[in-house]
Amino acid sequence: MARTRLITAVNEALVAEMERDPTLIVFGEDVELAIMGDTRGLVERFGRDRIRNSPICEQTLTGMAVGLASAGFRVVLHLMFNNFIYTGMDAIGNQMAKLRLMTGGQMELPITVIAGYGGGNGNAAQHSDTAYPALMNLGGIQVAVPTSSADAKGLFTTAVRGRTPTFFLEPAGRGGDMGEVPDGEHLVPFGKANVLRTGTDVTLVAIGTMVRPTLTAATALAGEGVSAEVIDPRTLVPFDEDTVLASVARTGRLVVVDEARDRCSAASQIAAVVADRGFATLRAPVRRVTVPDVALPYARNAEAVLIPGPERIAAAVRSVMERQLA
Amino acid sequence: MATPDTDVRGHVTVTDVDLYTRMLLIRRAEERLIVACADGSLPGGVHLYIGEEAVAVGACAVMTDRDYVTSTHRGHGHFLAKGGDIDAMFAEIWGKATGICKGMGGSMHVADVSKGILGANGIVGAGFAIATGAAWGAKLAGEGRVATCFFGDGAANQGSFSESMNVSAAWELPTIFVCENNGVSEFTVTSTVTGGTLVDRARAFMPATVVDGNDVHAVRDAVGAAVERARAGGGPSYVEATTFRIRGHLEAEQHMLGGGTYRSEDDVTAWQADDKDPLPRLAARLLADGTCERAALDRIDAEVRARVEAAVAYAEASPPADPDLAPQIMFGPTA
Ligand SMILES: Cc1ncc(C[n+]2csc(CCOP(=O)(O)OP(=O)(O)O)c2C)c(N)n1
Repeated sequence: MARTRLITAVNEALVAEMERDPTLIVFGEDVELAIMGDTRGLVERFGRDRIRNSPICEQTLTGMAVGLASAGFRVVLHLMFNNFIYTGMDAIGNQMAKLRLMTGGQMELPITVIAGYGGGNGNAAQHSDTAYPALMNLGGIQVAVPTSSADAKGLFTTAVRGRTPTFFLEPAGRGGDMGEVPDGEHLVPFGKANVLRTGTDVTLVAIGTMVRPTLTAATALAGEGVSAEVIDPRTLVPFDEDTVLASVARTGRLVVVDEARDRCSAASQIAAVVADRGFATLRAPVRRVTVPDVALPYARNAEAVLIPGPERIAAAVRSVMERQLA
Repeated sequence: MATPDTDVRGHVTVTDVDLYTRMLLIRRAEERLIVACADGSLPGGVHLYIGEEAVAVGACAVMTDRDYVTSTHRGHGHFLAKGGDIDAMFAEIWGKATGICKGMGGSMHVADVSKGILGANGIVGAGFAIATGAAWGAKLAGEGRVATCFFGDGAANQGSFSESMNVSAAWELPTIFVCENNGVSEFTVTSTVTGGTLVDRARAFMPATVVDGNDVHAVRDAVGAAVERARAGGGPSYVEATTFRIRGHLEAEQHMLGGGTYRSEDDVTAWQADDKDPLPRLAARLLADGTCERAALDRIDAEVRARVEAAVAYAEASPPADPDLAPQIMFGPTA
């Protein structure tokens, strides 16, 4: 066990996988000096045939990832900020997400796309989206949202060794979180949620960046006599419905916390799943705590009120504690 | 900054002293942003244009408020050169309600549509298509406006560069592509990711030239010829201005570099020399041809510095952005 930052855990996992698999290629804008830190030191170690800076051309980069993967390589494409998926969307939505099915399963696309997501850094609207809902709706794309250094290592390794295009989303600007990381090989399975805190009164599903404020809220609520269970799904596609449903079956209440905009958020999807498969176990309406349907402003004060924090989360929990379904 | 005058033929006339004052305003404003960024006054990052002022000022000297420009993440210079107000820009960068975008956009998104400034942009290369669309509108309107797209050498590797040049050429749009070739894209030396030369790409579609981007007259004359051609219905042009980015990609870039480097400090020093830096170069000319005395230049500098400090005071004294605004302005009113 060593304590590292989340971003360093990704870096270490990437080095290990590049050592392990000589066909693993890393590319993207500014990966050599590593603008996000996660690809640092790779060019010195592996040379420019294995990792290289690309031109700025997301439309082409995402398409190249598909071509490189179809030519038999394992691909890690770094897209820097997840807002740039929009620039590269054609090959994401029409190629990566579709070609396995369209070729009758012939085409394997072992592609991992890394990108930072989320606000709170005064980066303004074009660099602070939480874009996973768009990815979740494309079809053949997996989405991982690691929240700890250990999970970052484990999920990244699983992603890279997989055979399906996977978006590995890192909290932008919060890559600095420290945490324990297991030594040696460490894989975290996709579709297996992590119960971070057990409780009996309400289930809180917290996605990615929302885990930290949700745990803070859960601690505050404990002081008021509310026992909250906190679940980190870790991957959104695939999604561990069973763990969430089993928890709601015990608590009877669900609050989902998500940094995506409210409309068609991941929270909306999770709420729908529970309404569909767990309706009989609910004792109160499902609540979503999300970003309102606006773009994130630049000014810190205007941005801060939009991103869910412990107070909003706790208030949502209190509201479901008060309201009982008949 | 005053709107440029136009002469009898409708051509814009800007004096050399105006050019100097505009370049100096950009320089002093951004030097002040270095300080503000370092002391934590700014809510977000800033990409500085220091060293490249002659490109924006030279190009905008041949445009009026009615012409369009699209800008980049490094957009303060374009904003000020095109006549944007420094108070409103600083208030924006400080994240205040009085900002040109009410604090919703910040440094990377300063825009003043009333001045034809269609905005700095956080998406590298986004301006190509926007400028091309604006140029189409200008052509349809038939009032002789032009649309100028400022972009970096890095942005030229976006596919939309070719796509937009193609549309502009095919439809004979009044689009002026002004490439600010500073040789770097973030921490990548652009030549290591670029095949062929950019000017050759442009030549496939339109008249294309390369000029000394630190010579404000050279930029003005090249863009001036392009603007004249565009206004007369002659279609798009490409002007590549060779220049150098003195500061980092963004302030405090060292935090992102992890001790690494992507260019030599010697180059940075060389480009700051009096025979390279666009400001001393123009100053030397003003002195040599007798337009100004040293004392006059000093007086301009004092006025510009005072203007910048007034803008800082305005930004600091302004109320914070309105946190309730975002939901109100996200959508237009329903019909
Ligand atoms: C679509 C998109 N991709 C990547 C980035 C990240 N990025 C910001 S500036 C930049 C380099 C731009 O270089 P250039 O166009 O030469 O402009 P310069 O910074 O040199 O003025 C990059 C890669 C971005 N903002 N948008």
